[in-house]
Amino acid sequence: MKTCDLPAFIVTDLIKTKQVSAVEVLEDTLERIRQVDGRTGQVDALKASSEEDLSTVHAFTLVTEDYARKQAENIDRLIKEGENPGPLAGVPYTAKDIFTVKGIQATAGSKILSNYISPYSATVVERMEEAGAVMVGKVNLDEFTYGSSSESSAYKPVPRNPWDTSRVTGGSSGGSAAAVAAGEGAISLGTDTGGSIRHPASFCGTVGLKPTYGRVSRYGLIAFGSSLDCPGPLTRTVTDAALTLQAIAGPDPRDNTAAAVAVPDYLEEMEKDIRGLRIGLSEEFFRVTYFDSESMELVENPIDPQIRDAVLSAAGFLAQLGADIVMDVPLPHTKYGVPTYFVISRVEASSNLLRYDGVKYGYRTEKSFADLRELYRKTRGEAFGVEPKLRMLMGIYLSAAQFDKGYYELALKARALMRQDFDTIFDPKGKYKLDALLTPTAPSTAFPIGSVYGDSVLMQYSDQLTATTNHAGIPGLSIPVGFDRDNLPIGAQVLGSDYSEGLLLRIARAYEKVTENEDWRVKRPPILSKNGN
Amino acid sequence: MTDKISPEDFERLAELASLELPADEAEYLRKELNNQMLSIEVLESIPIDTEIGAAAHGIAYNERNSANPREDFSLQDPNRDAILKQAPEMEDGYIVVPDISHEELD
Repeated sequence: MKTCDLPAFIVTDLIKTKQVSAVEVLEDTLERIRQVDGRTGQVDALKASSEEDLSTVHAFTLVTEDYARKQAENIDRLIKEGENPGPLAGVPYTAKDIFTVKGIQATAGSKILSNYISPYSATVVERMEEAGAVMVGKVNLDEFTYGSSSESSAYKPVPRNPWDTSRVTGGSSGGSAAAVAAGEGAISLGTDTGGSIRHPASFCGTVGLKPTYGRVSRYGLIAFGSSLDCPGPLTRTVTDAALTLQAIAGPDPRDNTAAAVAVPDYLEEMEKDIRGLRIGLSEEFFRVTYFDSESMELVENPIDPQIRDAVLSAAGFLAQLGADIVMDVPLPHTKYGVPTYFVISRVEASSNLLRYDGVKYGYRTEKSFADLRELYRKTRGEAFGVEPKLRMLMGIYLSAAQFDKGYYELALKARALMRQDFDTIFDPKGKYKLDALLTPTAPSTAFPIGSVYGDSVLMQYSDQLTATTNHAGIPGLSIPVGFDRDNLPIGAQVLGSDYSEGLLLRIARAYEKVTENEDWRVKRPPILSKNGN
Repeated sequence: MTDKISPEDFERLAELASLELPADEAEYLRKELNNQMLSIEVLESIPIDTEIGAAAHGIAYNERNSANPREDFSLQDPNRDAILKQAPEMEDGYIVVPDISHEELD
């Protein structure tokens, strides 16, 4: 097995024990990228059309080969000199192109930032570097993270799912999930505002951890919804998610919302057994609600039985290990998650998007303009894609005094009710006393590219099982739990109370261990075998 | 069914958002916004207890998790030139902007 297919915790161990060098590991990863990734995403480039384009992953917007080689050489030097190279020494990772890295592009998948070079690094990136990880590139995403399929990026071709390249990766951290699934870096840093780490993790068969709001600093993250955004890792194993969270979590003087809460030893927490833990299942998460575009009505249906069965089977394994499974846990406000998200995320996004003006940095129109206002209008009209435009217009509609119908306040109250739902089930003195909730991550497996994109309502409903977590601020961890009949990965998420990441990792790790000999565990993305890997 | 967001509303929104939009794109965006409003209107059916407060954050910030206020000090960014170099037009250390139009506010 090549080092690019090994988990981070094994790779770093091999490097530290000098069985392989960090540079050799990097070369393996770069070789994999050359084999499977195809054309790197470029602004305004042609969409995928050739045979090769249609059968490659396109996870990257930039491969930082020289940058990575310097980092890898430094790790090898530290090891040679007997220094401590860090807990993630020599592990290749990618960063969603929404994080700033000093001296490197930070495009947010948007034309408006297509020429922006960041003068500073995000806290999470600095912490990955301190831990010895090696950044091999920036990966594609929905423009400004706005979407659930990664198709809205201005950087074409958009990412394709390594399990079936005719399907989407999910989103918005689609490049992250695709890269990790295809062995193009063991770890990727993503962000989750309404499900953007967990959703693509489930579509691409990876682990994806959305930490508690404030557990990880947002400094250096290009903002979407400031009260919802959470940076976190996508990995192939639970141990790697724990290792990464360990490296990036904790207070940060540059982000006042980064919680002043001590960071536990996640690796130690993760290995504890799960006997006696109370894990809930909720019928509200086994239903899908969507807007029928014919009747224009909200329709509610049971979730795909294959997804339901995979999640119930996971619950069965956890019960075998001694967890108490609690059925029929009520979370009555779950169905308001998306409508509430439509309001809160849009209002926050519109405020965050007003800074892009073609004056201070980023793209400026090449057309003529008479005055400053015309410069703004032309620059923004040309350089924002459909999703940022929709979100800005909706955010203004919902918050401007002249249109105000009270939806924003209603949404903030609905948010409080969703928080109350979770507080009730996790209350140690309450009726349910749950340690965690187990649910499907997404209402479907990966859908065909082009089948939903363009219908902004249906796309948003893809986040219906993840968005309430963000409203409540609690952590969620998505793990692979099997495949559907089309050989597409199914994800399940464990949700817990504030700062319970250690407990969620423990449940996920127990499940990972008990299922390690299951048939589906040996499956690999077909794109890898096609390339002789 | 009447649209919540009329063409006139949309025009005003595009102006507030500083977006110049071709007519076909404007019509597509307006249609999507009105579809989204159908979902948002669902919020009107939530039974809301008048006691429930509006939550600006899911997670509460209190003495258990809040960072102490930072000391108030100024720091010279070491990357001044790299930051200024990002501006599309510069002259003698100043960012150049075109004429700023003035209009009477109602």
